[in-house]
Amino acid sequence: MSAAPPKPQRPSSWTVRVREAGVAALPPEKLLPDGQPTYVASWIYVFGVATIASLVVILISGSILALKGPAWWHYTGVGHFFNSIHMWAVELFFFVMVVHLWGKYWMAAWRGGRARVWMTGAVTFLIAIPTALTGYVSQQNFDAQWISTQAKDGLNSVGVGAFFNVTNFGQMYSYHVWLLPLAIVGLVAAHVLLVRNHGVVPPFDLDKRAAALSAAKPDADGPAAASTGGQS
Amino acid sequence: MNFLGSSVLGAVFNLNHPAHTVDWSFIHMAVANVVVIVLMLVVFVLALLLPFPGAAHRRGGGS
Amino acid sequence: MSRLGGLLHPKDNTQPWKGRYAPYDLVKEASIAVGVIALLAVVLSVLFSSPDDKPSTIAQWSRDLPVNFVAAAAKQLDGTSGTAEYGPPYNHNSKGVNAWFLRPQKWLGVSHPINTANDFVIDPLKTVPDNPTLQSAIAQYQAAPEATQKAWGEAYAKPLEEYETALEEKKTPPKTVALDSTTGAVTVQASGAGPVPTLMTGLLDLAKSGGLDGSLLTSEQFFQTDYTKPLLFMADGGLLAERAEGQHLLGEQWGMMNETGSYPGQAWLWLYSLWYQVEPFKESANADILVMLMMSVLSLAFICVPFIPGVRGLPRKIPIYRLIWKEHYAAGSPPPPKA
Repeated sequence: MSAAPPKPQRPSSWTVRVREAGVAALPPEKLLPDGQPTYVASWIYVFGVATIASLVVILISGSILALKGPAWWHYTGVGHFFNSIHMWAVELFFFVMVVHLWGKYWMAAWRGGRARVWMTGAVTFLIAIPTALTGYVSQQNFDAQWISTQAKDGLNSVGVGAFFNVTNFGQMYSYHVWLLPLAIVGLVAAHVLLVRNHGVVPPFDLDKRAAALSAAKPDADGPAAASTGGQS
Repeated sequence: MNFLGSSVLGAVFNLNHPAHTVDWSFIHMAVANVVVIVLMLVVFVLALLLPFPGAAHRRGGGS
Repeated sequence: MSRLGGLLHPKDNTQPWKGRYAPYDLVKEASIAVGVIALLAVVLSVLFSSPDDKPSTIAQWSRDLPVNFVAAAAKQLDGTSGTAEYGPPYNHNSKGVNAWFLRPQKWLGVSHPINTANDFVIDPLKTVPDNPTLQSAIAQYQAAPEATQKAWGEAYAKPLEEYETALEEKKTPPKTVALDSTTGAVTVQASGAGPVPTLMTGLLDLAKSGGLDGSLLTSEQFFQTDYTKPLLFMADGGLLAERAEGQHLLGEQWGMMNETGSYPGQAWLWLYSLWYQVEPFKESANADILVMLMMSVLSLAFICVPFIPGVRGLPRKIPIYRLIWKEHYAAGSPPPPKA
């Protein structure tokens, strides 16, 4: 009888443990694959990367606005132009993000252990809303005056206004330029890494579903299921 | 960048006038927002229907 | 597995993909996406630019709508303005809104204390130099008992309220309030108002000079970034609301979704805006907290879609997926990958 193989010793180095866990979860060919399953064959799949692209344009235009300070865009044409790019990039961001969300819902993209992918995406959408709000109240124009004096009522009603004051420009600008974009970038990174780890969700398996249904309930989906039992 | 005067960077279409609204029952939405929502639905449907390039690769290529 | 566990984690037959892969250049796709989105943003900016309506100031408000300003100022002094009666986080003069037993506005307390009489009227007036009449009026007001201050305030505010109501109902305003169109001075005929008329005239003059904007902002220290006081004072008056109505930004105009001018706004706030237009939220004094609670529940449900029976099963029932994966289904069962 052969002896049992010796148990591999768990490394004591935290660095090694973190590296090995990272590489196990996301080896290079999984982190940046050069192929995708053949079912990735629809324009709906480009809306995730379009959302990231919009975020990149938002961050770059926002950085230029931040470089020159919050008053710049009010008194120069170039500043106003970069403000316009920032505003339209935000409209595009929400546009493509919601189309991406619709696509992922109708694919039931949380299947196969991908619930966290859905949840990080949903939280990103929800955090994007106060990120936009802090931007609107940082504009230092009439729109900012109106939005802040109105939004305060909703936030005060749930006690959030006690520590998040939309009429405090300094606080709102800090949230908008640093804290909330940091949260968004972190959430998007987690979301994308989870997709790379799990892979893009496969299609509904109609063959197996038909077989399971016909075994359980003879009259359920019978004709439709039979016709999808295709061969290559 | 002084040569990029405000006339060059000014808008082609001036949207700085009070919005028109789409009114239906209790719904009163600005036209611009309705346009955005309708465009989103159109783009979603087009994304589902339009053929995606690379079908040849997917049929015969890949590992 | 428990019954609840079974409900939350249904049998999911999704198997890892064992079929073919095709070349797919993610980095090129991302680069093209950034280029396309950047180009779209630039084109939209060239075509439409972006809005930038100039902000209102208390100086403008006091010059354009002097009676409205004095009426609002009188309410700040006698503690009947929106801010004075708001409750937390500004003061304890109200319990705030509630949803049944939930009173988070009250529970989180007063974090940004504002005493409207002192902060909006008395303290700014004390900074006015070389006006002994005004300073003695301030001293007389501060020395009087609270009941007397209240009586003075009410006597002065009554004709102003009647004037504002007449304007709202498009009736002839009473002659007890007179506006001098050349000087912009407001005269209120009110007996038993004590030093209040002098205080209000002094505040109107300070406002028109721009001094009130500055005083409200820098009262704590020179460097300030907190515009709460001037904004709350202006919001208690009519100027911001008048501008907002013209731009379709009021609540009943679905204003939360809108931008100034004809620009697209925040279409993603459609559901949040919608609740305010329907009962029971529309007429409720607690609409803000009720709508926030509703949206919080729905947001939580949105995050938890994978676990909600019915909602998670809908994509199978409505086969939009057949359009997304039409090529895959047309090809049939995937052959095993080439060795």
